Amino acid sequence: MMSDCVKLNSREMAEFAAEGLLRFDGIVPDVINQQFLAEAGSVDTPNGEKGSNRTIKSLGNLMAHSSLPEVTPGTVLNTAYKETTALGELVRLPVVRGAIESLVGPESMVDHHFLHLALPSSYYKAAGIPQRTQHTHQDSTIDPRRAFDIQLFYFPHKVGLDMGGTRYVPGTHLRIVSESAIARYQNIRGQQHVVCPAGTLILMHHGVWHGGGINRTGEARYMFKIRLNPSIPQVRLWDTSDLSARDFEQRPIFFRKEATNPNDIASLLTRPQPWFEGDTGRLEYINRIRFWRYLLGDENFDADYWVTRIENEPSVTV
Amino acid sequence: MATKQQVLVLYLSSSALDANVIAWARYDGTGKDDHMSGDSDEPLYRSGMEALADGWRLIQASPLAAHAPGDEFRTGYLKYEFFFEKLINDE
Repeated sequence: MMSDCVKLNSREMAEFAAEGLLRFDGIVPDVINQQFLAEAGSVDTPNGEKGSNRTIKSLGNLMAHSSLPEVTPGTVLNTAYKETTALGELVRLPVVRGAIESLVGPESMVDHHFLHLALPSSYYKAAGIPQRTQHTHQDSTIDPRRAFDIQLFYFPHKVGLDMGGTRYVPGTHLRIVSESAIARYQNIRGQQHVVCPAGTLILMHHGVWHGGGINRTGEARYMFKIRLNPSIPQVRLWDTSDLSARDFEQRPIFFRKEATNPNDIASLLTRPQPWFEGDTGRLEYINRIRFWRYLLGDENFDADYWVTRIENEPSVTV
Repeated sequence: MATKQQVLVLYLSSSALDANVIAWARYDGTGKDDHMSGDSDEPLYRSGMEALADGWRLIQASPLAAHAPGDEFRTGYLKYEFFFEKLINDE
């Protein structure tokens, strides 16, 4: 551990298992946000150049002159960012460090990072190209692992509704799809659009479906994304002191005389999303339960009998 | 007079056309409307039946496929996809 850290609790971890993300609004102090923006550098001013590669050139110029470091894939996070830099300070914030360690362990590795820019409408007008939202996609490629990477989405400045903050669909992280094969899904019930104060961090499972929006303001929108890989099994890495026997017990299902506690682990793992299909919504519960088993290191855990029922194969004694 | 196609794709919560819409996409061959990802948080119709009632013609529905052994619990693409069209006389 390279600094103090405040680890996630079991409810937060169960929420992550179900939704695929945890959001921390305004958690990064403004002094770090300002330092980050200064280190990142600014985008070129419009020069009237026509052509669809204009935005790529702007980003290329920014990266070439930016103070943000290059990082070789597989670099241990503890050594990736100097303590005096904005990113070094950010990943050493106790709450950030604690969340990272809870999800991918104390020696996670940087997969890559990237500065995502949503350029203002004036750039597209000057270049004569249409301004479009990014198709919904899942990052990287088909990834059937049970282990998971996390992605830190860092918003260093305030993001208003007209800035096209990242669109994401909670609960999609356990779906195995192939990157932009889902581009046809223009809109999905329950989709969220990031509107946030400066210094907001969203920690996402690598599988969450997402895409960038259109920036309709006159200023570029910045979002910095860091992908982290685990180097150890992701079993009970969080603060498990709040787990109790109740979190492992079965509870009455369907015919209930009392309302369930929404903070039970079982409740968190069986909370539906607006986009759930009737039948595969139940498969989502099963996959969340299996994901929680991995996190818990307990292959007997179940919530509301969803997995126990289909694993029940009484043996025949001859 | 050119006939142009408008396409509506609805993803429903089950294989029934009267099931709820959970996702949607629109493409307008007339060029009058420019739809794109993330442009609306509420669907135009609550169900496939509402789209039919509004004049959309169903041209394709996703088939129901058997679950491959060992793959019964894997989730991926949305399962109940319905393509509709309207043909527009575009002068």
